[in-house]
Amino acid sequence: MMGMVAAITARDLKLAMRRQADIVSVLFFFIIVASLFPLGIGPEQDLLRKLAPGVLWVGALLATMLSLPKLFADDFRDGTLEQLVLAPQPLGLTVLGKVLAHWLVSGLPLALLAPVLGLQFDLSSDALLVLTVSLLIGTPALSGIGAIGAALTLGLRGGGVLVSLLVLPLYIPVLIFGAGAVDATVAGLGAEAHLSILGALAIGGVFFAPWATAAALRIALE
Amino acid sequence: MNNRLINWFKYASPQSFYPLAGKMIPWFTALAVIFGIAGLWIGMAVAPTDFQQGEGYRIIFIHVPASWMSMFIYLVMAFWAALGLAYNTRLSGMMASALAPTGALMAFLSLWTGALWGKPMWGTWWVWDARLTSELILLFLYIGFIALQASIDDPRRADKAGAILALVGVVNIPIIYFSVKWWNTLHQGSSVSLTKSPSMAMLMLWGMLLMALSFWMYSIAVSLIRARSIMLERERNTEWVKDVLAGEGK
Repeated sequence: MMGMVAAITARDLKLAMRRQADIVSVLFFFIIVASLFPLGIGPEQDLLRKLAPGVLWVGALLATMLSLPKLFADDFRDGTLEQLVLAPQPLGLTVLGKVLAHWLVSGLPLALLAPVLGLQFDLSSDALLVLTVSLLIGTPALSGIGAIGAALTLGLRGGGVLVSLLVLPLYIPVLIFGAGAVDATVAGLGAEAHLSILGALAIGGVFFAPWATAAALRIALE
Repeated sequence: MNNRLINWFKYASPQSFYPLAGKMIPWFTALAVIFGIAGLWIGMAVAPTDFQQGEGYRIIFIHVPASWMSMFIYLVMAFWAALGLAYNTRLSGMMASALAPTGALMAFLSLWTGALWGKPMWGTWWVWDARLTSELILLFLYIGFIALQASIDDPRRADKAGAILALVGVVNIPIIYFSVKWWNTLHQGSSVSLTKSPSMAMLMLWGMLLMALSFWMYSIAVSLIRARSIMLERERNTEWVKDVLAGEGK
């Protein structure tokens, strides 16, 4: 069972590494969005420090969302997806493998990049650490929930915009607790409560989302 | 037992549900009008002026029923969606897509009347209160559902994809509600408290209940009308639709 997950993840990672430009462009999108905010708001350090958790988390949310349509689109176009659906292994596990791979090439780099951007916003080292941890915990949930949206909009016109309409409202709890964890650290309160709930959301999302995604994929391929 | 089963499944086919819906629509419309007139009469004429809020409070007779219906319709929609996925009935999907615009309308009405009420009462059109925010997110969920169905050409796929989205949404609504609520208590910026509502006079409660019933009946009537149109559109190549259209053309 786990062999299937590992095989799919390895395959998707290999494909992703052959198109590194896709990964890098998502990261640069994140960097640009985060840099636009100080330009729009003004360079006051106090204000930026206050805005940083929200801005960085929303940036990460949007960057994750941008990479979602690619999750199934290529496999759908060349027919691989149909073979995967026909495979005897449960489709949910296949999706789990793809979600893991998506996280490894989008969520993980975003989380590792975020502290660098946080420095631009003058966050303290504690807050930077919590920002990274919260993104590490929260982004798997984003990949999982996003997979549902990606599967529902597979092969539709205007897929990219549609994904954002479907997925962003569902991302709100993750955003609240992710940015809240950093906020709480900045305010001097502990971040444990936020991080625990974020962890619960991530576990729930990664556990249940693949099955909903599998159902959506079956409908898309009918 | 046998009889009952047959009766239920008989109306699961658009062909037999179409005339039934046609017969039910006038009744629900009449009930909506009657309850509406009674509710408005109590609300606007009989109920006393609120000693704190003056006449402005009377907007709750629209606002509260609209909020209730916006949430209730999403549940009904998810129910039809689940039924459609489980039994693969065509009618369930049609009902779900017929309900969505009414639900979105109710969510919008609730936000709009809330803003109109908030301006004189709180001095602001909008606060990031937990209830307001979750109502806004509910509106987004409706819009997402409608947008998804609108962009899928094959109606059967549209039904099923919409059904999955509605079910995912219904699982998420409590999570969203509680996270927004907690977020709101952490950022206690404004001192407005919606949760401590003053005890309400009996007459006001009656007015609100009557209005809620009226909105409920209205929603049923409108969704049935919409469902009938959807049936005709989707089944336009079948014999029974041709019969219906020929009958109406006479």
